[in-house]
Amino acid sequence: MDLQINEQQRLLKESVQKLAADLYPFEKREAIRLSEAGWSRDYWAQYAELGLAGLTVEEAYGGIGCGPFETMVVMEELGRSLAPEPFVATVLLGGGLIRHAGNEEQKERLLPGLCSGELLLAFAHLEEQARHELHDIATVAAKTADGYRLKGRKTLVLHGSDADVLVVAARLSGDRLDRDGIGLFLVAGDASGVSRQGHRTIDGRPAAEIVFQDVDVPSRDMLDAPGETLAVIERVADETIAALAAEGVGVMDEMLKMTIEHVGLRKQFGTEIASFQAIQHRLADMYIALEQARSMAIYAAGIGRDNDPERRGAGIAAAKVQLCRSLRYVGQQAIQLHGGIGMTMEYKVGHLFQRATAIEALFGGAEHHLQTLAAGGGLFAA
Amino acid sequence: MDLDFTDEEAAFCEEVRDFVRKSLPRSIRQKMLFNRELTKDDLITWTRILDKKGWAVSHWPVEWGGMGWSPVKQALFIDVMQQEMAPDTLSFGTSMVGPIIYTFGNETQKKRFLPRIVNLEDWWCQGFSEPQAGSDLASLRTTAVRDGDDYVVNGQKTWTTLGQHADWIFCLVRTNREVKKQAGISFLLIDMTSPGVTVRPIQTIDGGYEINDVFLDNVRVPAENLVGEENRGWDYAKFLLQHERTGIARVGASKASLRRARELAEREGRDNSARLDLPHIRSRIALLEVELKALEITQYRVLSEESQSGGNSHSPAASILKVKGSEIQQAISEVMLDLAGPHALTLLTPADGHNDLDRSWAGTVAETYLNWRKVSIYGGSNEIQRNIIAKQLLAS
Repeated sequence: MDLQINEQQRLLKESVQKLAADLYPFEKREAIRLSEAGWSRDYWAQYAELGLAGLTVEEAYGGIGCGPFETMVVMEELGRSLAPEPFVATVLLGGGLIRHAGNEEQKERLLPGLCSGELLLAFAHLEEQARHELHDIATVAAKTADGYRLKGRKTLVLHGSDADVLVVAARLSGDRLDRDGIGLFLVAGDASGVSRQGHRTIDGRPAAEIVFQDVDVPSRDMLDAPGETLAVIERVADETIAALAAEGVGVMDEMLKMTIEHVGLRKQFGTEIASFQAIQHRLADMYIALEQARSMAIYAAGIGRDNDPERRGAGIAAAKVQLCRSLRYVGQQAIQLHGGIGMTMEYKVGHLFQRATAIEALFGGAEHHLQTLAAGGGLFAA
Repeated sequence: MDLDFTDEEAAFCEEVRDFVRKSLPRSIRQKMLFNRELTKDDLITWTRILDKKGWAVSHWPVEWGGMGWSPVKQALFIDVMQQEMAPDTLSFGTSMVGPIIYTFGNETQKKRFLPRIVNLEDWWCQGFSEPQAGSDLASLRTTAVRDGDDYVVNGQKTWTTLGQHADWIFCLVRTNREVKKQAGISFLLIDMTSPGVTVRPIQTIDGGYEINDVFLDNVRVPAENLVGEENRGWDYAKFLLQHERTGIARVGASKASLRRARELAEREGRDNSARLDLPHIRSRIALLEVELKALEITQYRVLSEESQSGGNSHSPAASILKVKGSEIQQAISEVMLDLAGPHALTLLTPADGHNDLDRSWAGTVAETYLNWRKVSIYGGSNEIQRNIIAKQLLAS
């Protein structure tokens, strides 16, 4: 057991901090948020220069081959600075699926472009009826002479409007709720039959509703994980939840820091409101919630590597439950203790709260994961 | 960064587990499992078994009988011990006055007292709280006035846990009234058989007798029983608050009780439907498991930080261990209470001829629930812990 970050991780943390300090002062970030795309290709090129676009990709394909603890370190900083760039969509989701399920040819074709920041990926997976069930897929991939024809509708595709390549989950066989018979397909964002309706999520990030109307995909663009596609999707989802946990920790850490600063400056009744015990105990509880979530983010990063899907799933579910509960508490209290200014879009704390709320809902909230956990044999089964 | 156990750590846990399973007397294990009170002899028996193995004061300096384990290894040790239902050693000796003596005492005191703490030849109790000095401990009024080679002590200590068994009491006493309240306190060791010491048992809401008033009426204490310097007692008391904090989370014990709660929820119910089949019961247990897992890792983080900083880290994270640890223990006792339902109301005790502890498990859960209200009060109440956290957050 070793709970200290190592030298390489420390350096990585510092370089992301430096980048974020440069890219995301409040006004600069607002300009990006209010731009048409809601994120910046120019910024993304700078991420790629630092190696962040290929953070988790093996060196053979142009990446820097880092693991979950490095991802954790990066995500915490991105969370703190509310970075809207497509790290989750492209690196963790799209990149993760190709890394875990792509064949050699597909990896060689796609991963170098991902690492250089030129190729943007998105994961077209979620469907309206599925809520958070990863295997609930109605989109169909029908066999054709030289490939497959996709038909279906996807929702909440993060960075879906701008992605060059969509990784699409579709059903090769069976019924909507079957765990088998799922395939993953690489589809160009501008392929014929793909229509994308871009929108923003509650935290101002770009996402899309995407309709696939008889989209032809050649055989070579099906990812190569026969019979294991759902297992790959689950693994990538688990790794992404672990990363979101770290992002959430960054968001909360920033909210608590801002709140401490605020109550130390804000004067009412002739004194700083930090002198009131009602405020002090709230800060203490925010801190406890934050640190408990930080512990679970570390836990998630570690257990995200576990090859036993059941153990990994339970650990990740536990982490997400703690994360969601902490995000809600810390977020609500941060707004409360800021008072009126916390309600406005003119101040960062409200934006952090929006992101906190979005992170809760991504890949299942507390209720969903608590149900998973409750159905199992317990985290401390003998 | 890595949360996995090393092979060595895993083997060590196995060794501790095997040892407890082989060495812990069944009668003691049963009492622990059902939260029955241990007798003085039970604890002496277990402490001596541990001492024979060399583990009674494993966290002490090697010179005085410690094992020289890393803080993480020590925490693993406690975790496994608690999961296996082994009683903790008497903390007033092994975790409080012992460390005070080997850190601040003189050589004579070390040689005289430490070996007798290790094997529980001396039973120690704590004389800190007073009727008017609880969370505001520094306002204590018990006085010690120097008279020749003695101090003459007058006052009242209270909430003295297991004082009825004690041979010795370590007390905070006022030796100077002229200075700021924290600056006039000394740390004194008092023989409980001294004339003028009276112990009055206090019955608690669970029906038990574990706490006492201790009255000190013109008690003559040899000046050689002063630890460290006169009027520095407050520093020594604070040292206690900053050390030995990991035991307070009681993660291992809570793991065992949560397992027990699951087991009982699976067994108990009506009309062939177990309580565990009810979604809200399952969720409550699952949620506590999440919080406990988080606390377990928080504890390792605190330990890791402390080892890195050579014990000089005063991160407010240490207070989380107390706050969350106690809240989780209390919440588990509530789950158990609810699981027992009406059965919790019936007090079935061995005294009434009910020796089948397994059948009468529900008979102790209400007592435990009532008794466990103490855990958020003692050792610096949770309100005080929140004050400590906030103070450090606002200072940074």
